[in-house]
Amino acid sequence: MTGLRYVYAVCRPFGAALQRQLTGVGGAPPRLLRHHDLVAVVSEVPERDFAERPLRAHLEDLDWLTETAHAHQNVIDALTAVTTPLPLRLGTVFHDDSGVRVMLEAREEGFRRTLDRLAGRVEWGVKVYAEPEAQQEPREPAKAASGRDYLRQRRLSHRADEELWERADRFARRLHETLAERAEDTRLHAPQNSALSGVPGRNVLNAAYLVSRAHSEEFVELVDRTKSEEPGLRVELTGPWAAYSFSGEEPDGEEMNGDETNGDGVGA
Amino acid sequence: MTFPSRVPEPYGQNGSANLADILERVLDKGLVIAGDIRINLLDIELLTIKLRLIVASVDKAKEMGIDWWETDPSLSSHARRDELSRENAELRARLAELDESGPRREPEPAIERGRAREEPS
Repeated sequence: MTGLRYVYAVCRPFGAALQRQLTGVGGAPPRLLRHHDLVAVVSEVPERDFAERPLRAHLEDLDWLTETAHAHQNVIDALTAVTTPLPLRLGTVFHDDSGVRVMLEAREEGFRRTLDRLAGRVEWGVKVYAEPEAQQEPREPAKAASGRDYLRQRRLSHRADEELWERADRFARRLHETLAERAEDTRLHAPQNSALSGVPGRNVLNAAYLVSRAHSEEFVELVDRTKSEEPGLRVELTGPWAAYSFSGEEPDGEEMNGDETNGDGVGA
Repeated sequence: MTFPSRVPEPYGQNGSANLADILERVLDKGLVIAGDIRINLLDIELLTIKLRLIVASVDKAKEMGIDWWETDPSLSSHARRDELSRENAELRARLAELDESGPRREPEPAIERGRAREEPS
């Protein structure tokens, strides 16, 4: 029975214990694999699911992906409660413990730098949605009497939309500026597709903020205060997340090069 | 060493964190490192998944008879363009019809100008 090693995150050693009943991807409990002053959080996963080919097939199975993503996120959440993890992407798999060690050894410096940068900080996600329907008179044009009327109606509704987008844009920029002042770092992400997220309204701001734990409460209150500022616009806060959006190494780190395309450097 | 001071209560996470939020982070962000098995590096794969996700959720919604985002001009710029050109074509066809039948006369100019102004330049 050989299993593969699924790696969730890299951390500094921490004293607190993980919840006893915590299970990871595939149901196995995560454990800590220590190497010098770094810890990789790993669990065993079966080859039949996580070898390259089955994994690839699984990633296209929405139900499997949902379950696995939740399991991955559960472990990261548990880690975030007791330390500052450096979260890895879903599906980082090694053949065995020594593969994980080799990786830790090779990237030790970069991990330490990034972990120092993130220590004691969490990520908050803020989204702004514009909801055109909410503030508009019914869309059905009251039977246009003439072509001219019809065009006027169309223009009016068109203008109402434009106004909302402009207002939403201004609001989002202002909010982002305010929040960025309280954050140590920020990332603007592409707006989420509403077909994918299933959330009503158009996503006009999708941002992540790196905030120290000490200032998090203040940050949350700040976001809360803006929530009802503008009619037709909805502000949503999620978090605290592990610093997913800030986990990339600084651009000057040499380790960045090459790891996108091949893993040979790691095995060497 | 990194003793967390109090972390505020989770907002919208766990129970209610929507799948899209979780996938956005778990698939898209987080550190990319080379594993022995290099699935996590294949951004193209991840893109495929996202497309499939959209397709899946769209299909599911359509089964329930919800497809407004495809046709509502306020939600889809594509639909907006479609609608404009459809209207345009309709009006042109009407004009052509009027031109052919009955005595020749100038087409009502207000319509054409109205349209032109409507169209964002």
